[in-house]
Amino acid sequence: MTAPTTRTSAALVDYVTGLGDDALVLSHRLAEWITRAPQLEEDIALANISLDLLGQARTLLGYAGELEGGGAGTGRSEDDLAYLRDEREFRNLQIVEIGNGDFAVTIARQLIFSAYQFELYSALLGSADETLAGLAAKAVKEVAYHRDHATQWTLRLGDGTELSHRRMQAALASTWPYIEEIFDPADVADALAALPGIAVDPATLRPAWAAYVRPVLAQATLTEPRPNRRTRGGRRGLHTERLGHLLATMQSLHRAHPGASW
Amino acid sequence: MSGQRGWPLWEVFVRARRGLSHQHVGSLHAPDAAMALRNARDVYTRRGEGVSIWVVPASAIAASSPDEKDAFFDPALDKAYRHPTFYDVPEGVSHL
Repeated sequence: MTAPTTRTSAALVDYVTGLGDDALVLSHRLAEWITRAPQLEEDIALANISLDLLGQARTLLGYAGELEGGGAGTGRSEDDLAYLRDEREFRNLQIVEIGNGDFAVTIARQLIFSAYQFELYSALLGSADETLAGLAAKAVKEVAYHRDHATQWTLRLGDGTELSHRRMQAALASTWPYIEEIFDPADVADALAALPGIAVDPATLRPAWAAYVRPVLAQATLTEPRPNRRTRGGRRGLHTERLGHLLATMQSLHRAHPGASW
Repeated sequence: MSGQRGWPLWEVFVRARRGLSHQHVGSLHAPDAAMALRNARDVYTRRGEGVSIWVVPASAIAASSPDEKDAFFDPALDKAYRHPTFYDVPEGVSHL
């Protein structure tokens, strides 16, 4: 096996960091529901999903640090990457930054994102990168449950009362503009070019994603929005203002007490 | 979200592994059976406790009343002959 070229390695760091940041930021968003969810049971469900995502983030960011340093234990640690990077260094898609809003917004965000993540990890099972393929094998089962959880709630809110239907429909309207960015290969073009057989072109995931989400909306008596705006640039470090607030909360302890541990 | 009054109570039974029977582990609130199963998965099988879950509406369980405890259970207390303690176990029988 030949040593990866610098270009390949840098592209892989960027690609893995992007996937890790998606998981990390969404994990934090879901953790914000703890003690605030509508029911104790739902509180635990959201915390479970959050922890699954945190586990994925740890694997991915730990791997990114390793790649960056050129070997295990040499680069930045998962904590360095999570707690000591600034907003512009984060590579997550903007959808995971969306504020929790009401419960319907959280569910809409979760439906869109976990349906995407399910297709992503399914595709990564065949990645030539062993770490990514290994993570995908574990994560695809977790995400299948996340997707089911969001689906169950979408059905109940959409096809529930007049109020729940209205709020779920409004939640779709506010989250749908973030979808184009998820499947846009432009922001990951370098990674795709440098990492054939390793990275997954998100555009190829869209048909399967739509084939899952559309029937759910139809069954929930919801209408798929046609947004007239779209987000872009998360993978290049461009973010909404909300990510800054999220990072301020997430990173404050580590920055005030560097190296603090239990 | 109308609070807990809007959601019925479910009793949760978990089977730890094949061959064992389902054991009652607790209860939870959920809007319907499908959600009750998922909530039970999250609340009671977080640490690999089970391979199968049953949920039963608490309202569907007919329970003996504490007031009837004497009539129900006391008559069995003095019937020691119902316990299989009067038999000699033959040697070499290991699984009895």
